Amino acid sequence: MLTYIARRILQGVVVIVLISVGTFVVIRLMPGDPTYLLLGEGEIRISEEQMEAIRARWGLDRPQHEQFFIWAWNLLRGDFGDSLIRKGIPVRQMIFEAIPVTAILNVTSLALALLVAIPAGIIAGVRRNSTFDYGTAVGSTLGVALPNFWLALMLIVLFALYVPRWFGDLPLIGRIPPFGLKSWQGYILPVLVLTTEQMAVLTRVMRASTLEVLTQDYVRTAYAKGLPNMIVLVRHAVRNALLPVVTVIGFRIAFILSGTIVVETVFAIPGIGRLFTDSIFRLDYQVVQSLVVVLAVLVVVVNLLTDLTYAIIDPRIRIN
Amino acid sequence: MTTSAPAGLSQQLTATSDHRSEWSQAWRRFCANRIALGGLVVILLLALMAIFAPFISPYDPIDEIFRGMRGGSPTLAHPFGYDHLGRDLLSRVIFGSRVALLVGLLATGIAVTLGVVIGAVAGYLGSWEDTLISRVIDTLMAFPIIALLVVLAAVLGPSLVTTVVVIGVTGWARFARVVRADIMSLKATDFVTAARAVGVRDWRIIWRHLLPNVMGPIIVLATLGIGGIIILESALSFLGLGIRPPNPSWGGTLADGRAFILRFPHIAFFPGLMIVITVLAFNFLGDGLRDALDPRERD
Repeated sequence: MLTYIARRILQGVVVIVLISVGTFVVIRLMPGDPTYLLLGEGEIRISEEQMEAIRARWGLDRPQHEQFFIWAWNLLRGDFGDSLIRKGIPVRQMIFEAIPVTAILNVTSLALALLVAIPAGIIAGVRRNSTFDYGTAVGSTLGVALPNFWLALMLIVLFALYVPRWFGDLPLIGRIPPFGLKSWQGYILPVLVLTTEQMAVLTRVMRASTLEVLTQDYVRTAYAKGLPNMIVLVRHAVRNALLPVVTVIGFRIAFILSGTIVVETVFAIPGIGRLFTDSIFRLDYQVVQSLVVVLAVLVVVVNLLTDLTYAIIDPRIRIN
Repeated sequence: MTTSAPAGLSQQLTATSDHRSEWSQAWRRFCANRIALGGLVVILLLALMAIFAPFISPYDPIDEIFRGMRGGSPTLAHPFGYDHLGRDLLSRVIFGSRVALLVGLLATGIAVTLGVVIGAVAGYLGSWEDTLISRVIDTLMAFPIIALLVVLAAVLGPSLVTTVVVIGVTGWARFARVVRADIMSLKATDFVTAARAVGVRDWRIIWRHLLPNVMGPIIVLATLGIGGIIILESALSFLGLGIRPPNPSWGGTLADGRAFILRFPHIAFFPGLMIVITVLAFNFLGDGLRDALDPRERD
């Protein structure tokens, strides 16, 4: 078990190093000079010496590999540097202000998705070919095919335009704002969008694994010894059927982060995703490369955690 | 999911089924699946629409601007209404299908080719090549693909070619993973040992004996992947890093609609609807192909 964990951590470190080198190189290839942008796209006229001074101040005059090692070393010490474009705001501060927003959105929607997908998948699996089964099949097929940015826009039209026009204020909720997170109501639409896709995928997985588990010998044995249906389902079937869902969540963390980039942009939410796209358009090297590494670390850690959870829940894996 | 074939057809089939190849059996199974056939028909219609776009679209998608009709609602002459500049939205959506299908097919083609070659090399050679390639696959699969696309598109400058190349070059990992695993298990079979024993060269073993055996799963995976790639392309255009305006693309039109979403909601509605229909069609086709090519996997 310990060697397994050590090997996995080592693999994760390799992945993170690969990603940071890759990003650093790719970002330097971006067209445009950040010092030029910093000076209001050439509107502020300065001499060549002053330009050089600015480059030296930010270390842009050093050789590329030196820039990389300085950046990587600072990163290891937890120093993310300052934003080049946004007048010296520490990158660390920007990222740590954005993380909680993204975390709340994604954890809430994942929890909601699981809350619906697990029972729905079980029922669909147990009552195979029933109306309920077909209903969830149609629902999850649609959920996968809906682009999240379109769903987001359509929900904005529905809840911020037509619902107030037809029904006025909703009971308990009041008015749902189309953009931003100024009130708690602002979370409703983004969470709905992020939940939809997760729900669709997880329901499918849960249904398939329920079907699989129900054909196993130990389930037949449990029925054969006369246990009531509910007990067989809860104690023998569902517990085992949940395993693939754990893996899929770990596997999907990358997709979840992809989704958050688009959804935060649509709803103008100040999270990691919006920070990322904003910084790309502003050629903010420091922010983009630090964010990419933060994302990579996040993915690696989550994958490691799911694998470990899996090994703890399922003794068969520990032995291998 | 499966429906029984009409009586006449199945009689015909039993009469001639003695010499049927695996592929024609798969085709028979596929034809019995109405949903998958429906998907295929929709895709063919979309392809016709894309090819004959200049003949079908009622107006010019770029140059014909109707004055005073910015964001105008649908009418009989303009069933999808006008876009935010007063151009006919239906024409723009029709021309947008060209981008979606072109990017979907070309990017998938690049990803499949790269994935098959890289996966076959890793699976056949084993040793350090396999370790290295597997790490790269893990890295690509683990990383949020949109983030990668956004960075690459920003570096290369947004265009149709960039979009195709970037999506293709980042999307091969899933194909490589499947091919690698399949090749590894096939490598241990007797017919490969026999081929090697009589002195067949490595590349010929891969090409003639191994690859034909992994084509089924790859076709299925590729078809199922096209939908996702079409969504990626429109997400990229939506973020402003895909097809450049004024050229019509579904994602780009959606982005136009986003700015006016509360005033002219129809601009974003129609291109999105087309994306959903296209993605559903490819997913249905892919599911049907999986059932037809690999009956064991059917639930």
